[in-house]
Amino acid sequence: MPNKEDILDLYFMDARCKLIDIAAFLDRLDRHEGNTDFRYEGFNQALNAMQNPGAVPRAQAVLEALSDHTEEPIPKATIQGAFGAPRLEINN
Amino acid sequence: MPYIEPHAHMVSRTTADYEAMAIAGCEVICEPAFWAGFDRSSPQGFHDYYRQLTEYEPARAAKFGIKHYCWLCINPKEAEDAGFAREVMAIIPDFIDAPTVLGIGEIGLNKNTVSELKIFEEHVELAKKYDLPILIHTPHLEDKLKGTKLILDALKNANVDPSRVIVDHVEEHTAGLVLDAGFWAGMTLYPESKCTPARAIDMLENFGMENIWMNSACDWGVSDPLAVPKCIQEMKKRQLAKDLVHKVVYENPVKFLSQSKNFKVDG
Repeated sequence: MPNKEDILDLYFMDARCKLIDIAAFLDRLDRHEGNTDFRYEGFNQALNAMQNPGAVPRAQAVLEALSDHTEEPIPKATIQGAFGAPRLEINN
Repeated sequence: MPYIEPHAHMVSRTTADYEAMAIAGCEVICEPAFWAGFDRSSPQGFHDYYRQLTEYEPARAAKFGIKHYCWLCINPKEAEDAGFAREVMAIIPDFIDAPTVLGIGEIGLNKNTVSELKIFEEHVELAKKYDLPILIHTPHLEDKLKGTKLILDALKNANVDPSRVIVDHVEEHTAGLVLDAGFWAGMTLYPESKCTPARAIDMLENFGMENIWMNSACDWGVSDPLAVPKCIQEMKKRQLAKDLVHKVVYENPVKFLSQSKNFKVDG
């Protein structure tokens, strides 16, 4: 099994790159006109979940933050695709 | 290293992809019936598609020394109209005795609707009637967690043997649900909407090497038919023993797929 230093050697630069991309994405949203929507809200909740995952691993916490937590099947599909963050007015 | 691609949509791929997969070590490709990027307008469209899966693709794969198997169903994206879905399901028995059919799949849910769930349950009954294994598609992105829970509940209600069912496209928030219930789990190396090689290996570390496989699910979207051999390379970087890599990319698929009477790895 690789140790922590091995993992840093393998993945630090890739994770650093992705982290800066996330920061630049948020800066881009700040800089441009108009309004954000439920995806931005979900993204921020996921960022918070990553930093404060509680008892579950961070990746699981992020995925759960970006999930629909309702339990019943919806009456009818209004779209075929998915957005990446829950939009409750569509899902219910 | 030899490997099995247990989930690929080759009808959407070029012949050059078959060649590249063969060179990379692929010995077997399994192709679930799926949504081809657009809704087909008639059951006849599915009849032609099932012929493509059972006749044309096995011949195309054989030119590169690859065995090609398939799974049959109407996928959940086209199951919203239950009447239409039942018309399509009525022609599936005409193809079930084809020598390369493994079972029923990829059935499941897309937007977690009442109709999708009903058609899913009817597919499960079809599999039980013909004593076939099942391959399950779980929904994308925000719909995956809820859909996986609905699917697992429906399977339990149907009294299906979980060892004959693989629930595909698991991620970190659903893998434990699936494996803990006794089902097989599939990890899909489709980075934008599913998981990366690094995350797939993380899941192996966290959930173990039993009852799990990995696939590319390469299709008409932004996807990579060489995702599995690229993940093999990643597993080497992560210092996984060669026998464990072989288990995940070869022995595990053989173990699950051998539950289908038609699957023969050396035939």
